[in-house]
Amino acid sequence: MSANSIYKPQNPLMQWMERRLPIAGLVYSSFIVYPTPRNLNYWWTFGGILSFMLGAQIVTGIVLAMHYTPHVDLAFNSVESIMRDVNYGWLLRYLHANGASFFFVAVYAHIMRGMYYGSYKDPREVLWILGVILFLLMVVTGFMGYVLPWGQMSFWAATVITNLFSAIPGVGDPIVTWLWGGYAVGNPTLNRFYSLHYLLPFVIAGVVVLHIWALHMVGQNNPTGVEPKAEKDTVAFTPYATIKDAFFIGVFCLFLAWFVFYIPNYLGHSDNYIPANPGQTPTHIVPEWYYLPFYAILRAIPSKLLGVIALLSSIVLLAFLPWLDTSRVRSANYRPLYRQFLIVFFLVVIGLGYLGSQPPEGGYVIAARILTAYYFVFLLIILPLLGLFETTKPLPNSISESVLREGLPAGASAPPPSGAKV
Amino acid sequence: MNAHRSIVLAVTLAASLSVAAMHAASAQEAEAPSREHWSFHGPFGTYDTGQLQRGFKVYREVCSTCHGLKLLAFRNLSDPGGPGFTEPQAVTIASGFQVTDGPNDKGEMFQRPGKIADRFPPPFPNDQAARAALGGGLPPDMSVLAKARGYEAGFPWFIFDAFTQYQEDGPDYIHAILVGYEDPPPAGVTLPPGAQYNKYFPGHAIAMPKPLSDGQVEYTDGTPATTDQYAKDIAAFLMWTAEPKLDERKRLGFQVFVFLIVLTGLLYFTKKRVWHDVKHPPELESRPPTGQPKT
Amino acid sequence: MTTISAAEPSRRDFLYIATAAVGAVCVAATLAPLIGQMSPDASTIAAGAPVDVDLSPLAEGQIVQAFWRSKPIFIFHRTKRDIARAQAVDWRTLRDPAPDSARVKDGHEQWLVVVGICTHLGCIPLPHQGNFDGWFCPCHGSQYDSAGRIRQGPAPLNLPLPPYQFVSDTKIRIGETAPANA
Repeated sequence: MSANSIYKPQNPLMQWMERRLPIAGLVYSSFIVYPTPRNLNYWWTFGGILSFMLGAQIVTGIVLAMHYTPHVDLAFNSVESIMRDVNYGWLLRYLHANGASFFFVAVYAHIMRGMYYGSYKDPREVLWILGVILFLLMVVTGFMGYVLPWGQMSFWAATVITNLFSAIPGVGDPIVTWLWGGYAVGNPTLNRFYSLHYLLPFVIAGVVVLHIWALHMVGQNNPTGVEPKAEKDTVAFTPYATIKDAFFIGVFCLFLAWFVFYIPNYLGHSDNYIPANPGQTPTHIVPEWYYLPFYAILRAIPSKLLGVIALLSSIVLLAFLPWLDTSRVRSANYRPLYRQFLIVFFLVVIGLGYLGSQPPEGGYVIAARILTAYYFVFLLIILPLLGLFETTKPLPNSISESVLREGLPAGASAPPPSGAKV
Repeated sequence: MNAHRSIVLAVTLAASLSVAAMHAASAQEAEAPSREHWSFHGPFGTYDTGQLQRGFKVYREVCSTCHGLKLLAFRNLSDPGGPGFTEPQAVTIASGFQVTDGPNDKGEMFQRPGKIADRFPPPFPNDQAARAALGGGLPPDMSVLAKARGYEAGFPWFIFDAFTQYQEDGPDYIHAILVGYEDPPPAGVTLPPGAQYNKYFPGHAIAMPKPLSDGQVEYTDGTPATTDQYAKDIAAFLMWTAEPKLDERKRLGFQVFVFLIVLTGLLYFTKKRVWHDVKHPPELESRPPTGQPKT
Repeated sequence: MTTISAAEPSRRDFLYIATAAVGAVCVAATLAPLIGQMSPDASTIAAGAPVDVDLSPLAEGQIVQAFWRSKPIFIFHRTKRDIARAQAVDWRTLRDPAPDSARVKDGHEQWLVVVGICTHLGCIPLPHQGNFDGWFCPCHGSQYDSAGRIRQGPAPLNLPLPPYQFVSDTKIRIGETAPANA
């Protein structure tokens, strides 16, 4: 926090405030003059996009909460009343529902960036682990939010996912009853999910503060994986990163607007417009698209308990990436073998997503098992071995060098002498 | 760069397959409905008030016997973006329905003519009464039916659908069901007692008897009074009951899009301007074309 | 290719100003639905439609309470004595001066229709209580007369008059005034 001495206000009112609560200094050093690598590409804007989307979800969520009723007899109709009667209620609801999907689009892009460029490696392990925690919080928040409209999918997704806990030997069933607050998913369940769905985004916001703090302690990674060595390797966060983030948030909002205004129910499931019926299960229970890969992993394992363990570990294992990946080289740009395995890993996750939406029959089951096997083999076997045996490409000496080299005509391979003045 | 392209390809593939998947998840064995032309399709689509009024007539004369519209209020009939009845017309329509009110001073519930603020009364007091009257079947309330039904289009249609803004799988399904009855059923098909054969209904055995036939409802505006037309009109009407704000949503969407394109464009050029000196530093500008750097 | 020099700041500044201005419009446009959603929604407005009340069951001297827009409305079938005492008051000396004729409709002086919310801090006054043949508010002791005017206690104003009209001699519609040319 000693960086606050950077900010020296001229205005006497600001000086008075700075001495008592140095918020302005904190903002100045963290988001204005903060040195940011100059070679970041657009994959680095997703952090800003995520912060924006968290704010958007909280704001739309709070105003929706002014009109929603968390009771099994009233919830579905209260959502419809929002859609029909509340001023701009339809807009707020579609923003919140599609915003959740786009929140997950951004987080998956953000994670992919981290995995590709080795952003999880020393000294960014805690930053990465906080990110995994944030992802888990998002998953739980999104799950509980989907239950609130109390449609068929809301109810049955709640039933299936809470039933997972019964896999725990011994205490499983009492835990499920405790979660439900009854003998099945019902009104007590809905009420507590509403309370927690309102709470968790603020927990997420708190962990985001820790996440950014951890980031600022070690600085951003960059596409070369080579740390900034001199001042010319970086630019001030404002205006350079700020304007880039703002521009890409605009692009992101255009995509979001396409969904919200023109295909607002495209990412949803029509069964959720049927009021929940505890006596009738839908033909196929499917979670929202962003949970499908994990759903596929869960169903691929024949044993109930092992399936739950596989589901949980598919996310929790990610927290151990800094130690599972033994390579000293960060960025996949310089790790040709890792890059190929990683791209296959991303395709495997996509494939698992597709399989998660299909009925667990026949060829789909076999395919899901093969892909699940690759998922865990990649994390537990391939990653540790790659670091030991992979031949990596030579790294640039510095960020500036890699940036300047890109400015050279094709064919020029010699890096500028290190004494070159910039 | 290769890595970037691969990642972008991966993400696109992922997203499209996942969504495909989701649509596939609602896959039923029944035949996929035909895609009709709807006036409300696409970015500039709007409801056709004449069609909505005809659809309402079909609802009033045929469907309301068994199906409720409990989320719709009579005042919605005169809302903008809807069938376009005037408020006096909506009041008249409301008074044609009997609505339960009470308790009165004797403690009894009673029936009275509907007022404009009332919602459409259900045809049966509860689900059990409906099943008892209809031999076990339960006609669903139709307020959001057009969004509660759909069909899986399969790969690659669902990818195109995101670009063509296809959101009319509900009305297409409803229209198909209403024209999809076949009597007698195809050879080799045995139906459960009381059910009828429908080409588009999942499992093909539908409990609802064929509700529409030619000439059943009189159209005073010259539109052909055929089953197919009735089916289209009631499907459009039900899309409106499910999405009464569609006109407003698409209109506002266009304004938001134009605005965001302008704003994003300005942000783009601002970004370019801000980054200019960083992207084009002096030592690059003065470098001779041979690639030998100046020292 | 020269870098942008200080000789042409106007073009750069114009871009920045334009971006900031459009950004400000964006913020305002985003706030509009967020603030607007708190205004009464369509079903609330519909439920606030005028209410018809049948006056025939009311005996002389009886006060009943109806609801309009979730507010209690007192309907007082005044006796001749109530009317006389209300008219006899020197209304110019009242805290909120109003003659009795301004509190009722022409030809229907026996009917007093007022909003039953004490103008002090919002409690519902009790009918047929107090020293002025009207209402007594138990919260802080305001007293209203048989024309609903504040006579004693901390309330600053008379009980408000809702918009209403006689659709017949025995039925009023609360929430709607008669057309001006009547």
